[in-house]
Amino acid sequence: MSPILQGLITIIIGVGGCVGYFFASNWVLDKVIFPPRTDDHGRNINRATMVRPWLFLFPAMFALGLYLVYPVVGSFWRSLFNRSGEEFIGLGNYTTMFAEEGFRTAVFNNILWAIFVPAAATFLGLLVAQLTDKLKWGNIAKSLIFMPMAISFVGASLIWKFVYANDPDIGIINAVRDVLGADPIDPLQIPFWNNFFLMVILVWIQTGFAMVILSAALRGIPEETIEAAIIDGANPFQIFFKIKVPQIMGTIVVVWTTITILVLKVFDIVYAMTGGNFDTEILPSYMMDYMFRDDGRATAVAFVIMIIVLPVMVWNIRQARKEMN
Amino acid sequence: MDQMAGQKTSLSIVTNISVVALVLIWLIPTIGLLVSSFRDREQISETGWWASMFPVEVAYRVSPEPEGVTQDGTLYTFSGNLFSASDEVSAQGSGDVSAFGITGRDPGAATPGQTFGRLKLVVSEPDGTTDEENYETSWPADGQPTAPETDEDGRPVQDFYIDRAVTVAANGDFTWVQDGEIGRAPTIYIIAAAPPDFGLQNYEQILTSDNMDRAFINTLTVTIPATIIPILIAAFAAYALAWMDFRGRGFLIAMVVGLLVVPLQLALVPLLQLHNKVGIGQSFLGIWLAHTGFGLPLAIYLLRNYMVGLPRDIIESAKVDGATDFQVFTKIVLPLSFPALASFAIFQFLWTWNDLLVAKVFLPSNSESWVMTVKIADDLLGSRGGDWGILAAAAFISIAVPLIVFFAMQKYLVRGLLAGSVK
Repeated sequence: MSPILQGLITIIIGVGGCVGYFFASNWVLDKVIFPPRTDDHGRNINRATMVRPWLFLFPAMFALGLYLVYPVVGSFWRSLFNRSGEEFIGLGNYTTMFAEEGFRTAVFNNILWAIFVPAAATFLGLLVAQLTDKLKWGNIAKSLIFMPMAISFVGASLIWKFVYANDPDIGIINAVRDVLGADPIDPLQIPFWNNFFLMVILVWIQTGFAMVILSAALRGIPEETIEAAIIDGANPFQIFFKIKVPQIMGTIVVVWTTITILVLKVFDIVYAMTGGNFDTEILPSYMMDYMFRDDGRATAVAFVIMIIVLPVMVWNIRQARKEMN
Repeated sequence: MDQMAGQKTSLSIVTNISVVALVLIWLIPTIGLLVSSFRDREQISETGWWASMFPVEVAYRVSPEPEGVTQDGTLYTFSGNLFSASDEVSAQGSGDVSAFGITGRDPGAATPGQTFGRLKLVVSEPDGTTDEENYETSWPADGQPTAPETDEDGRPVQDFYIDRAVTVAANGDFTWVQDGEIGRAPTIYIIAAAPPDFGLQNYEQILTSDNMDRAFINTLTVTIPATIIPILIAAFAAYALAWMDFRGRGFLIAMVVGLLVVPLQLALVPLLQLHNKVGIGQSFLGIWLAHTGFGLPLAIYLLRNYMVGLPRDIIESAKVDGATDFQVFTKIVLPLSFPALASFAIFQFLWTWNDLLVAKVFLPSNSESWVMTVKIADDLLGSRGGDWGILAAAAFISIAVPLIVFFAMQKYLVRGLLAGSVK
């Protein structure tokens, strides 16, 4: 069966099944289990009201539980076993991993990524948001800088190969060096700095995201505070750093953490650009090296990522609860 | 006052210039890809894409059929025009030879107006015998070749004669001279300026012979169900979390927020094992389910945030009129939530279309099941690593659809982003 046909059937079964489930379960609840026409129909309506939320929630909760909650436990459990999954080795995967040079390089690089990418993307996003704020063609500029958000990490990597290529007739960097009379270099093989050339790609993608959110936050600042500062004689820089930035600090933190979380998931760029060679490995790409080969090790790496993300998760939950109360 | 006004304009000029610079920096890499994808592959390797509007110097190999050969002693001669001798060269249209040669090693050894040829040097060995060796050189067309006094090894040159030589004028007229009868067409290399060559040949090749069309369809097959199914499931759950009262609601909302950041990597191994155990294995069904699960937290979160903001009056008056929750949801809440549904649909579409990780793990690894990202990352970057035109065309095919969606529905995307970031 061709995949297209299979896809169409899946859409029909999936959508039809969902609609059918919701419709049928509600009908059964109202007409069969708790029909409101018997003697105690008031109580039955109340009972139905108590059950109904769970009918609405069941498919989502089931999928969430299976696809996101179970794996946290399942991955941890699997990481306690050896490669074949037959022998329980406790924290053996973790201890061998921590002793390994490659893993430590990946952790070190990942720390660089987690510092540089959110910082650079947030800073550039804030800069663009502020600069385009009063510009006539600001929306066009913003939409062009926002555009890389739509491009896949693989596509973006290919786009940047045309910047980094060491043939001066392909790569812009080496073309410039060629004009200046310097020998061509391969930016992706320069020790240590090659990490930053890879990070630039993610900064290029994420700046638009930071810009959109920070731009909205800047617009939300009450005009009076800025007017008051102007009357007091503040210059544009003072207004920006002393009046505007402190007021949107909360949003800046949110943007920063969101990009940090993303950094810990992106393996595509390293995978497509260097394949983890030349000491550019990061944790997600390090994990993919072991995927399909050593599930014990792969899940151990995944769990390390989870532990790094955990503080942000707790912080997010607390923020959400605060907001609800 | 004047001073303040002056400051303001200079500030606005600086602002304008810096924004132009930033936008250019952001666009240049993508423009490079787009331009390269339309260029002829030989031109790509000759000049950078930034010079693609200018003619490119390309080396051509021409083999004119010997016609009208005349004989002078042992030397045989014929002449003609190189541009009319080769379809490929004349198709380029331009009639200017900038350099020529007789070996592929050095196709631009001489300039038009010169004669370039191979001499046979007769050198004497230390033991008194003589030896012959090749020597390539150029000389003025109306002049005579000269030979060095000694060869590379320091042996004295006694005599020399022309083995073969060609004179080429800038307009392509040539005269070929050869010692001995001209058996087959000689090979002459010329370097001529070719006009910019843009076309769809890279796209044609990648789509017809490289199976990119198959990968495109696979991507589409993964994306559409994986976008539609989670929306429906999430909408019901979001409604329950927004407008129904029950114990544990706060906990469930907190759980959804927490799951937003769970790294996908955790799910890969246990779920693949699970899929294998229940018989789904690596398949399209498996990846649809996986994407549905991974997309749900954001979907529920976005939709709930939006639905909570809907006017309470409408929903309550509908309930007073006797509408059930199911009716309120389908008839009132769902249509009103269209902007949020659109936002999430775009997110999920972009995410599933651009995904590499989930596709690598949950789809079979044979080439029939490759989606475009896998095809590019695992196949083209390796097998066609140096073929920049093909790579560019493939990348552009894979990013074209998301770009269209992006520019057409940017409004909803921005709205979704603003609602999706925890304030």
